[in-house]
Amino acid sequence: MIPFEYVRATDVAGAVAAGAAPGAAYLAAGTNLLDLMKGGVARPTRLVDITRLPGLAAVERRDDGGVRIGALARNSDLAHDPAFAEAYPAVAEALLSGASAQLRNAATAAGNVMQRTRCAYFTDPGSACNKRRPGSGCDAIGGETRLHAILGWSEACIATHPSDFCVPLVALDAGVEIAGPAGTRLVPLESFHRLPGTTPERETVLEPGELITALVLPPEAAAFAGHSRYLKVRDRTSYAFAVVSAAAALRLEGGRIAEARLALGGVALKPWRSRDAEGLLAGRAPDAAAFREAADAALAGARPSGDNAFKIELSRRLAVRALTAAAAGTPARLPALPGSVLAPAPEAAHV
Amino acid sequence: MSFDIVLTVNGTRRTIPIPDPRVTLLDLLRESLHLTGAKKGCDRGQCGACTVLVDGRRINSCLALAASLDGAEILTIEGLAEGDRLHPVQEAFITHDGFQCGFCTPGQIMSAVGLIREAQAGDDPERVREAMSGNLCRCGAYAGITEAVLEAQKALSQNAPTTRQGEAA
Amino acid sequence: MSETALRPIRHGSNLGQPLTRRDGILKVTGAAPYAADRHPPGMLYAVMAVSRIARGRVTRLDVAAAQGHPGVVAVMTPQNKPALAQHPDEKHDGFTFRLDLLQDDRVRYANQPVAVVIAETLEAATEGAALLDPAYEVEAPAVGLDGAEPYTPEAIGVGDPADMATGDVAAGLAAAARTVAATYETPAQYHNAMEPHAVVATWDGDRLDLDMPSQGLAMAQARIAGLFGIPPANIHIRSPFLGGGFGSKGMIAGPQVLGIMAARLVGRPVKLVMSRPQMFGPVGHRAPTRQTLRLGAAEDGGLTALDHETLTATSTFDDFVEPSGGVSHTLYAAPALATRHRAVRLDTGTPLFMRAPGEASGSAALEAAIDEMAEACGMDPLDFRLRNYAETEPASGKPFSSKALRACYAQGAAAFGWSKRPLAPRQMRNADGLLVGWGVGTATFPALMFQAEAVAVVRATGAASVAIGAIDMGQGAWTALAQIAAEELGLPIDAIDFRIGSSDLPNGGIAGGSAHTATAGTAIKAAATDAIAQLTALATQDQRSPLYGAGNAGVIARDGRLVRRDDETRSESFADILTRAGKDAVEGKGAAGPDAAREHYAMHAHGAVFAEVTVDPDLGQIRATRLVGAFAAGRIINPRLVRSQYYGGMIWGVSFALHEQAVMDPRTGRPMNANFAEYHVPVNADVPSLEAILVEEEDPHVNPLGIKGVGEIGVTGSAGAIVNAIWHATGKRVRTLPVTLDKLL
Repeated sequence: MIPFEYVRATDVAGAVAAGAAPGAAYLAAGTNLLDLMKGGVARPTRLVDITRLPGLAAVERRDDGGVRIGALARNSDLAHDPAFAEAYPAVAEALLSGASAQLRNAATAAGNVMQRTRCAYFTDPGSACNKRRPGSGCDAIGGETRLHAILGWSEACIATHPSDFCVPLVALDAGVEIAGPAGTRLVPLESFHRLPGTTPERETVLEPGELITALVLPPEAAAFAGHSRYLKVRDRTSYAFAVVSAAAALRLEGGRIAEARLALGGVALKPWRSRDAEGLLAGRAPDAAAFREAADAALAGARPSGDNAFKIELSRRLAVRALTAAAAGTPARLPALPGSVLAPAPEAAHV
Repeated sequence: MSFDIVLTVNGTRRTIPIPDPRVTLLDLLRESLHLTGAKKGCDRGQCGACTVLVDGRRINSCLALAASLDGAEILTIEGLAEGDRLHPVQEAFITHDGFQCGFCTPGQIMSAVGLIREAQAGDDPERVREAMSGNLCRCGAYAGITEAVLEAQKALSQNAPTTRQGEAA
Repeated sequence: MSETALRPIRHGSNLGQPLTRRDGILKVTGAAPYAADRHPPGMLYAVMAVSRIARGRVTRLDVAAAQGHPGVVAVMTPQNKPALAQHPDEKHDGFTFRLDLLQDDRVRYANQPVAVVIAETLEAATEGAALLDPAYEVEAPAVGLDGAEPYTPEAIGVGDPADMATGDVAAGLAAAARTVAATYETPAQYHNAMEPHAVVATWDGDRLDLDMPSQGLAMAQARIAGLFGIPPANIHIRSPFLGGGFGSKGMIAGPQVLGIMAARLVGRPVKLVMSRPQMFGPVGHRAPTRQTLRLGAAEDGGLTALDHETLTATSTFDDFVEPSGGVSHTLYAAPALATRHRAVRLDTGTPLFMRAPGEASGSAALEAAIDEMAEACGMDPLDFRLRNYAETEPASGKPFSSKALRACYAQGAAAFGWSKRPLAPRQMRNADGLLVGWGVGTATFPALMFQAEAVAVVRATGAASVAIGAIDMGQGAWTALAQIAAEELGLPIDAIDFRIGSSDLPNGGIAGGSAHTATAGTAIKAAATDAIAQLTALATQDQRSPLYGAGNAGVIARDGRLVRRDDETRSESFADILTRAGKDAVEGKGAAGPDAAREHYAMHAHGAVFAEVTVDPDLGQIRATRLVGAFAAGRIINPRLVRSQYYGGMIWGVSFALHEQAVMDPRTGRPMNANFAEYHVPVNADVPSLEAILVEEEDPHVNPLGIKGVGEIGVTGSAGAIVNAIWHATGKRVRTLPVTLDKLL
């Protein structure tokens, strides 16, 4: 990595001022940023260490019933916060299905939202990538594309966003609290990440110097606590990025779906919420037919970006599975294999 | 750009010069402090061989910038045993043959110590396996590792009500 | 041996005891030194720049930029590299592999080293290497098994013929009541030991001191000596611990030599450690294969013919051809048998031995094909294997030196519960509605012997030492070989100063081919026997000894004494014998190597692996929920360590079946998943249940210790068992490995 100036911020205003300089990047745990710097993908000339910003690690219940997740709350702390996990079980499950215990112990909530794509052509500086070098082309197209996007991609970029955490968050209408040179603003997570279009280098709506200070879940989000799941299909039983994932949350009233939430992960350059699917489910009985229709709606615009057509049907089936699991009810305790579609191994066997 | 940080490493508080802000905790431990127990298997947070406890939590030291950890308490494999008395996790790894080549072992053991402190897995082998999945073992010693973690956890809960050095955070 | 067998099991030194690892405390405290842990005074850091293209030329390196980076001491390129005494492409024998040592500007595979930056700090060396930013003249690479014209290799593996046939395969297929023809593909895999290849090199004039993981010290020493034009004795390699090898550290790797060159260039000690992505190129891999099997069977399920054709790949500049067909030579009793190997030359690094080279890939295909034939015959796959049990080795006609495979099948099946298996696929589900399937595979690996020497010294002080340049790469040589030494010297294990892992010790041969315990152990046994014989001669020819005249009855060594076999009250300590003889010590020498019995017998370890998988019927996600392996591998020196070897092998089988594959961009020949996040090997949660059964087997022929070797056999059989279990769960035969979930949708 190139030499950089290390600046330790002590307050948000100072951080924003230091972070607005060209070439600056914010450092929290660094689990993604240092990885990218070591690979030569990110080459910031100034690191603004925000880990000591006061008050940014808290998870606060708000008077309106919502919750404010401090940007620096560690993934594992958030997932293991009993009140949080009870109110937002799919978020906890998503967090615990991601990465490893070590990474979750370090990585922050905002860092998770800010993580970059795993596209091998993005992480390899020897490949053309419009995201890394605008206008250079996209070597992923026509290359190894098994895990690339099926929704929202463009000829400029077919990468996916790798976060698990963001998938239930976007389903639950989370907001992103942003501090910047011009003050503080709140942006829906759904519009925080940008689809690639012709400017895949612009990954989020953050302006130079802007800093995520919190993620906010609105009061209504907790109403889904009884019927929420996050499921993640992957190539290993654990410690693997999603092939595809799905967050499903239902509010049931009198045996019918009063309100549904559905989002998919690993399918697009952003966590993909399907309001069409949600709309179809409202008022329906929670049955297989309804779930299948919803899944079809969620994938209606899907098309392969390479050798990944299987992800379309896989996503449909996973959406159905997640909705079915949500309808069955949130498990009393998080599964031994969070997010796994496979049940735990029977312990009659050997350790 | 050179500056000092203060770290408590295996119980000893020390002022450490950081001549280059690029240095990671892992490289600081291995190349400057010559605490080479933590291993570099991937340098990218993908294998767990570099796992140490920072303020009582297991993390990948390869993805932690040393400068950022100013003031932290670090426990490495070298600080785990008390003199000649092995930590129960260390003992259990030997008994259950929870390693072969030994390269991932310091990371596995520190991860296991962290896991037991987290107290999320209980005595459920499946939860232990899941929680230890951030530590790759190419030799394939997973069965012994899982057995060792379960046994050590039992031993710790029965025999060691007092907090151990470096685990007080 | 009978004396040993009669002793009660104890936590002691004898053969067969489940000792815990003697290096255990070092390993669990972080004190075991691996090469990259060393820091000689004045040491510099070397970091390689590697090629991003697979074929072409380096046209420019920004040496000035690298050189200008603070802390950079030197940049080593083809222009200024130290002169070598031999061209790195010179070959001397089948074990010399061509190396990339900056000999010119050619690029012949992705991740080939193109320069080395040496700096005061690791950070500076790393950034210096990045700043070189090579420019290339790119040529279209040959990628994939269809990427070049196949040829018939002169030899496969380590010198076997490419083709072999016995009987009339065409007639056998024509006469068959049922035939199966299927093509299986296995991907390129990279060893990826947890410890990246490393070297810490210190020159002192023309003497060279090295910390370097090596599976074969004498061979590495000889190769370095040749390259640098210095006597082998001038080179001292310390390799007490390897962080895994799996074949990739069998020969010295190019990057390790580059570290030595860098040290020579700057005249200071240098440490060079490869990064994980750099491990996907210059340090070997298992080549991809495409294997076509044609089987014929009679009405009763007896095989009439077995034809096994392999297409694989080697590099454009060197030869290692994965010998996948070998397993078909030995496993099933087909009266007509043929194997053929063809290869293509691709722009990759040269493939190399990777844990069970040939056997792993060949077994994965053969076991699947056998399963398909069992299905065609309507037979239980285990019954089918028993029906075609080979009483003599099919390819050679030789009797087996021993073969307890029937017992492996029986004990494995019983432990697994195989008898409850429904014949048809897609019959079993678990409580959650997931598909469950059971499969079996036969495991086999040859019992090899290499060459080694050892020295055993017994001193008048009562102390003893055993020295051999043997290697512990995790299999447990520090423990198992010491057990052999203790057994043969009749001493408590802790009374022996046991030394391995250094090139200044007698040549311990190579830790490979699952033959190291057998080979090094035999050399140790011979050395100890020699030492004891010298002590015996001193005692039995000396009238003052209580053992005088014991010639015919003989003596045995036990607890530091020689004891008359026919009268245990008459004994004398080693120390007393030597003291009275006025000698400080006796030095026993021993050697091991293949003997004439190999010409008369087929020598193989065998096993049976039973696998259970769970498959999501809609989503395709797979888990190998249960594996039971039963293995017969001759004499077991330490069952605790052997069980671990079997577990490790079986997990490699899981990896082979479900996870591992290098994904190459067909346009560039660059591995696109050269890291541990995307090149998947199993994690702990992938292997919830393992059981290994150590089946008794006595082999009087294989070597004096009766050891067959256990390091690789676990990989064989396992992958096939899992793939067969997936078929049993789903009804789908996936013939392209690994079986990823998309292939089941």
